[in-house]
Amino acid sequence: MTQDTTYDIAIIGGGIMGCATALRVANGGMSAIVLDQGDLGQGASGVNAGTLSLQIKRVKLMPYALKGHHLWEEMGAAVGFAKTGGYTLAFNAREAEMLQERQTLKAEAGAPIEFISNNRLRAAEPNLTQKVEAASFCPEDGYANSSLTGQYYRGRLRDTGIPYRGGCKVTAIERANGFTLTTPQGKIHAKRILLAAGAWLKPLAALLDVDLPVNARVNTVSVTERVRPLLSSVIGHATGLLTMKQKANGTVLIGGGWQGLGTPQDGRGTVNTDTVKPNLALAQYAVPALGKARVTRSWTGFEANVPDFYPLAGALPGVPDAYVLGCVRGGYTIGPYIGQLMGDLILGREPEMPLFDPGRDFEKETI
Amino acid sequence: MSDSFDIAIVGAGPAGGHAALSAVKSGLRVVLLDEQAAAGGQVWRCKSTSIVSAPMTPESLAGNTLRKALAESAVTHHHDTRVWDIRREDDQWQLQILKNAKSSQIHARSLILATGAREHVQPVPGWTTPGVIGLAGATALFKQSLTLPGKRTVVSGTGPLVFYVASEIRRLGGTVAAVVTPNSRTDWARVLPAMALQPKLVARGALWVADLMLAGAPILWGHAVSRVSGHDHATGVATRNLARGTDGPSIEADSVCLGHGLIPNIEAAQMLGVPIRHDPALGGWVPEAEPDGRTPVEGLYLCGDGCGIRGVTAAGLQGTLVGARVARDLGKSSPKPSLRPWQRAARFGQAMTALSLPRPDLEALSTDDLILCRCESLTRADIIAEIDTGAASTNAVKSGRRACMGPCGGKYCQSVIATLIADRTGKDAKDIPPPTPRPPLRPIPLGQAAGAFDYDDLPIPKPAPL
Repeated sequence: MTQDTTYDIAIIGGGIMGCATALRVANGGMSAIVLDQGDLGQGASGVNAGTLSLQIKRVKLMPYALKGHHLWEEMGAAVGFAKTGGYTLAFNAREAEMLQERQTLKAEAGAPIEFISNNRLRAAEPNLTQKVEAASFCPEDGYANSSLTGQYYRGRLRDTGIPYRGGCKVTAIERANGFTLTTPQGKIHAKRILLAAGAWLKPLAALLDVDLPVNARVNTVSVTERVRPLLSSVIGHATGLLTMKQKANGTVLIGGGWQGLGTPQDGRGTVNTDTVKPNLALAQYAVPALGKARVTRSWTGFEANVPDFYPLAGALPGVPDAYVLGCVRGGYTIGPYIGQLMGDLILGREPEMPLFDPGRDFEKETI
Repeated sequence: MSDSFDIAIVGAGPAGGHAALSAVKSGLRVVLLDEQAAAGGQVWRCKSTSIVSAPMTPESLAGNTLRKALAESAVTHHHDTRVWDIRREDDQWQLQILKNAKSSQIHARSLILATGAREHVQPVPGWTTPGVIGLAGATALFKQSLTLPGKRTVVSGTGPLVFYVASEIRRLGGTVAAVVTPNSRTDWARVLPAMALQPKLVARGALWVADLMLAGAPILWGHAVSRVSGHDHATGVATRNLARGTDGPSIEADSVCLGHGLIPNIEAAQMLGVPIRHDPALGGWVPEAEPDGRTPVEGLYLCGDGCGIRGVTAAGLQGTLVGARVARDLGKSSPKPSLRPWQRAARFGQAMTALSLPRPDLEALSTDDLILCRCESLTRADIIAEIDTGAASTNAVKSGRRACMGPCGGKYCQSVIATLIADRTGKDAKDIPPPTPRPPLRPIPLGQAAGAFDYDDLPIPKPAPL
């Protein structure tokens, strides 16, 4: 298409949410273009630990997470999906109490979570430590391979005929007869825009003089070399501060939201040894044999966050025809689904589940 | 254990070693960290204790001089020590180190990275066959343990190293089946003016070549090894006449040394935020650094081949310059050595680097079934397929195929992959930077990284919101 093309919508941010929305609106007949400042799927969508666990989802987001799980299962091998079931562990009485309280609420919200005996746990995962005080299990849990996000969505966008541009950072947004976006690859015109830039939402919305209360978490993930089979399911911790799974290739991926350093504005985040060490210690405590496995890489990814920890999904306050989607706690799991809901909203259809007004009062309980 | 110093230096080769000696003269507390059992780096590598009585070489003599000077100095030298992460915190550098299987930290006001270089091997069919080693790898075997790569060896590659390795194999009693070098005699004639700067080295080089000619070892100028034959072990090589584009002679051998120049080890500098630029004349991607080592990152200095391949003499001289610079920046009245000797040595070193510039005719010897990423067993066809479906950066290829996620961290394949991306997408090599470097700088056992801990003392933050 030429520079003069006016798209029905320009989507800024080529992560899961931006791409999933693009696919939905294109399916509804709109012409869309996806722009990313880097490569598709190289932000949080492509560097997170890939855990798909209902046990670590927020209670009020559970219906969305359940839908998300089904979509990941449908995407299947192309995204490295594996439904392994998952165990969440408590190592002392305090954690056991926390586990009981939290998982009960999540089960009531629709997640098929049960509490299981030590014997059953040991039979399923013999390499776990003997020091487990309590454990819960969810058969729906598993993982996908987040590093395949970019590859997957590039293919989906291409097959659907949706143009995308990498290395295309939007530096100015002009409003007159729709929107005109300034990028290093020239001006792009669109009737509508969707801001789906994850942790970069705040500076992006500032181009439209909108102040979104978005800050960034700097989540850390580590991976080991290939080792003998040690785990067959996803392992979590009562606090949510450990997620661990062994991939089919033998590598073990360790996450849990330990915080690194840096901000999206100054570029890439940095791993903080002071937080990686306890993260690895927790992993080794859960699976002692991991102590000998060599860590080959630790990295960080920026996750967008808002004060009430609920998504921003809806119309951008004060700017007609502009939308925002992001800040979803458990965004990897829920992303493909909330992207569909967002697409429906943009198409003028009634979304299947309610969205999350980006203009809400974040100091009050509104969700 | 936590130790505090004025200056921490990573790498005890000619550059790092001389930086330490130069800085410590002004009374600063200097710590020198190195993976090897003794200082000297790759070129001045120390002989193992089992071969101490072996005849001295210019390299072992230079290394011994450095080692003696370090031992007599006030430099704290941590050998057998792995630096696995570095970060700046409160105007101090914090280095995570691993020594004797124990993790600890070192703090320093200034940091000098002297991380040296690694070898580039351009893959050809059969390059992963047992019996094939790198040219630089072969020199490590000679220097440390007098070990030969085999009984009858084809020595192949670019630059002067190929003649040094062949001559050492002869001196240690092995047979050189042939020297196969893509460089032509014209290539060498072109670097003659720069060679005049280092007459001693030129004379030594001439002796290597004369010795090979006297021994009747064929020297195939302008040729490349196009295939290594053999299944379980190398049995010989096929060659290609690069100028004519015809097949050259086949040569029987039980071992093959292959090397196509050096690549600066830039990962630590890049990780700490030093901007990098692409300069093939310096070995590829290099961090921005002044001749006296300063970088745009406060308190961080670079020297030696890690900031551009200029050779061993230049590395040592630059070490001295940088050590003095850091001392001055820390408020000491250290002398300001002249840049001239370093500039002369660097001109010579860069002329040698020029003999190993990337060559499309050499790259054309790769075939689609070749394994490019050894850690993940990825073939050239696998990488091309990923690029052709839209992976236009080294990071994207890493995400899609795990190239660079194995134990080597991409050190052996990333430049070959970048070249392929440039070929397939029509982008310029300078627009395809290496993948994002991340800690650990070397793989380390998880238990040693975590260190000893009591579960109840783990600083577990507030749980995620319900």
